[in-house]
Amino acid sequence: MSKQVTLSINGISVTVPDGTLVADAAKMAGIDIPVFCHHPKLEPVGMCRMCLVEIGRPMLDRATGQVVMENGQPKIQFMPKLETACTNRVSEGMVVMTTTDKAMQGQKGTVEFLLTSHPLDCPVCDKGGECPLQDLTMAFGPGNSRFIYDEKLHLEKQVPLGELIWLDRERCIQCARCIRFQDEVAGEAVLGFDERGRNTQIVSLSDPGFDSVFSGNTTDICPVGALTTADFRFGARPWELDAQASICTQCPVGCNTTLNTRREARAGGDIVVKRVMPRQNEEVNEIWICDKGRFAYHYIESKKRLTRPLARRGKEDKLSRASWDAATKLAAQNFASAKKNFVVLASGRLANEDLFNLKSLADTAGGTAILYSDMGGGDVTALVGVGQGTNIGKMGKGDAILVVASDLYEEAPIWWLRVKQAADRGATLIVANPRETRLDKFAKFIIRYAYGDEVKTINDFGRKSKISDEFAKAKNAIVFYGNEGLGLNGSSILASACATLLKETDHIGKPNNGLVGVWQRVNDQGAWEVGFRPEPDLEKALKGKSVYIVGADPVGDSPALTKALKGAKFVAVQDILETATTETADVVFPAQAYTEREGTFTSGERRVQRFNAAVPVKGDAKPDYSIASQIARHMGIILEGTSVSVVFDILANSLDAFADLSYEKLAEVHGQWPIVGRGDLYYGGTTYENTQGLGVQLVPTAQAGETVRIPKVRKEAALRPKEKELLAVPVNKLYDRGVTTAGPAQLLDQRIGEATVTLHPSAAKNLGVEAGARVKISFDGMSNEVVVKIDDTISAGVALIPRSMGLAIREPVVAKVK
Amino acid sequence: MGVFDPVIELGRGLGETLRSFLFERTVTVQYPEEKRIVSPRFRGRHVLKRYDNGLEKCIGCSLCAAACPADAIFVEASENTDEKRFSPGQRFASTYEINMLRCIYCGFCEDACPTEAIVLGDNYELSFTDRRQAIYTKDLLLEPVPSVDMLTPRKVDAGVFTRSVPEMKDPSV
Repeated sequence: MSKQVTLSINGISVTVPDGTLVADAAKMAGIDIPVFCHHPKLEPVGMCRMCLVEIGRPMLDRATGQVVMENGQPKIQFMPKLETACTNRVSEGMVVMTTTDKAMQGQKGTVEFLLTSHPLDCPVCDKGGECPLQDLTMAFGPGNSRFIYDEKLHLEKQVPLGELIWLDRERCIQCARCIRFQDEVAGEAVLGFDERGRNTQIVSLSDPGFDSVFSGNTTDICPVGALTTADFRFGARPWELDAQASICTQCPVGCNTTLNTRREARAGGDIVVKRVMPRQNEEVNEIWICDKGRFAYHYIESKKRLTRPLARRGKEDKLSRASWDAATKLAAQNFASAKKNFVVLASGRLANEDLFNLKSLADTAGGTAILYSDMGGGDVTALVGVGQGTNIGKMGKGDAILVVASDLYEEAPIWWLRVKQAADRGATLIVANPRETRLDKFAKFIIRYAYGDEVKTINDFGRKSKISDEFAKAKNAIVFYGNEGLGLNGSSILASACATLLKETDHIGKPNNGLVGVWQRVNDQGAWEVGFRPEPDLEKALKGKSVYIVGADPVGDSPALTKALKGAKFVAVQDILETATTETADVVFPAQAYTEREGTFTSGERRVQRFNAAVPVKGDAKPDYSIASQIARHMGIILEGTSVSVVFDILANSLDAFADLSYEKLAEVHGQWPIVGRGDLYYGGTTYENTQGLGVQLVPTAQAGETVRIPKVRKEAALRPKEKELLAVPVNKLYDRGVTTAGPAQLLDQRIGEATVTLHPSAAKNLGVEAGARVKISFDGMSNEVVVKIDDTISAGVALIPRSMGLAIREPVVAKVK
Repeated sequence: MGVFDPVIELGRGLGETLRSFLFERTVTVQYPEEKRIVSPRFRGRHVLKRYDNGLEKCIGCSLCAAACPADAIFVEASENTDEKRFSPGQRFASTYEINMLRCIYCGFCEDACPTEAIVLGDNYELSFTDRRQAIYTKDLLLEPVPSVDMLTPRKVDAGVFTRSVPEMKDPSV
């Protein structure tokens, strides 16, 4: 434990770690020192002068260096002027006075000065009601102003900083929290100050404007209404909103969020989600979320939402409305008669309880449960996953993080942020990727391999080199592996190779050590935990079978799977939205979105977290686990279908990894630092305090003290493109065209863009095309028109195709480009 | 008590009736043919005021709804453009509803309004045949305009109406 220092603030004795800032020490003791520019997650700058206090230190004798004593007490020497509490660090015996007349006068003066040009916008400002400037003016302001009204400075009021964030230049108090967040936390210096003195203004330095996936966080920490989101613009006043704890479903990080809801006339009087806000969980997302998590939720209010069960009377008939009873009975009859040919195909979009019920249904009925995923290795992460108590936010000097075959920035932005910060704190970051990614800038070692050499790269850690030495010697080491350029087989082998490396270097079974899968969906890890496994030859597994597809769109994703499903005997589809797959189904069940129900997700770090119902159910939709139980009942199988907590407790009883868990335990919270939430908006921003559960991390087999045997996966033969052919490899993109990104709100459309193919300059030259040109790419018997992008860090023989952008690519294939 | 006392009392009473009939002014108002003029501070049905140029004073800030002790007001805001302008500034009330059955006519909404848009008027004739009628929407509450070209929304010159709250005057002058 670091050295502790005792000081006195307003006569109260406070003991805090050495190096703490006075403003933070006061907060720990429950004393409010008003701040604007200071933020506990950012470096101090002392720009706003709001935290002026009187600070006295014990007087030292110049000759002896001893503390001068007076009447048996150390003599305290105060500075002649006020000092800023946010830049001074505590020292032994320090005396801080925050409420003396002199200090109050300083604070009053600062507020008066900050308000000289602040417009009277509070009634129309989106921040009004949760605004630190409003609150601190009420608490510490002078009440009147000596300012000459005619000298009020007027600046531009509607400046778009990119299409997601609006800037109001008049409201800005130049605290630079947004600039510092982008520089220090996000590591993307896309904002800056322009001009000087009273005319100082925030400007975006990037093209496109505010080019960062963390831009929404600046609106949370902005202490005034200068930065607001385009999504929530004039949406509602903050006090009118209800709040419900939820989990972000966009990636495997499992960020804790709060859904703000309100009844809306525009939505026909329905209660709708008005905005998604981060909820503090220092071990998962701290107080941040990415823009996809913040803005992509609109798909839940799409016009394409399924609200009633549909069924086909005969094979040639159209889908028409059916009752729940009739629809589930129809499915049950077909599934029961299929016996061994019954297949459940579910994706990681579902909650643990849904997947558990589906798996039980498949097992009891004698069918198979298949996970709809292009990535393998979930069994390996269950063995050697990160140990319970893992917190990337605590990793630093002496630790190592290896990221392989994954562009974390595009796949799991909050992991990117935390890995980047761990590197800032001194952790050794090793990035192994075939092309340049945004993480390279912060890496100590960059390994550039050719697509296909992922496993070789990891096996090379067994040989002596500077990189492998540093990794082996690290106190703690985490490996993030993804599926960039890999299919199911490739990623399974990579997972095993990474696990072997971790085992050999003794980096398993401890907190901050282990393997993390950068999955495609929020609950892929949970699906593996309950026993779902992906199928290498999915076409064969579906042909001629009775298929129950849940939360997946194979028809929309791939023509090959469309063909396979055409050959299926019976297809039941359960989803929240109309998709290409629901159109081909024999029976369709409408499921509830995650905002309408409760349940649990398992994150990539194997943390089980609860989400809650925030808005009313659309139409007759039911939760997935409940539909599964209804079908099961018609087949003579009893599954719990009414209560999530009961399903979870059954799940916890039947799975070893979940043995210590209960539904209540997931809702437990403990104190977190920094303090954020309603009363402390000026201090930590508008991030919500976590009151509804921090979740529990599962114990990996390695930590449970059992011997770990890492499964061996056979490698498929590598593809060899012929002349005039390219190796098309899949890469992942944050803003894709998946059903859970594109919604009725066109907010993200510009960032989603068109389907692209990324080529090496020489390959592009051979084809005679330039960046931005349209080419035709053909593979697997399909051809699509795509836009060319150039990247000189890849090898000449490959073409990168983003997943979920309309091109069916699940694993590397040979392609022709024209 | 004498035998004639009740008769005397009756006579006194009838005398009072006769006096007021002959000498006092009648106070009965022949409502609804005739209507009483209410005091200037009377709190009747709300009116949403306009500026002289016809633009709505209401900026959709929802402070009236926040101040309302009976939760009678519902406001939803949207963004103004110069092509389709309702009120000065960036924000206007796209939905404004008052449930007159809930309203207790306390006038807090008037006090809370930063633009003096909502005013409790002199209309006290509120009767409904069903509960839905008691919900007054924005078009019922808005003041009528003197001429058609002053109707909102309307197209205005760009960059003129940029401020929601009228420019404050120096209170010390």
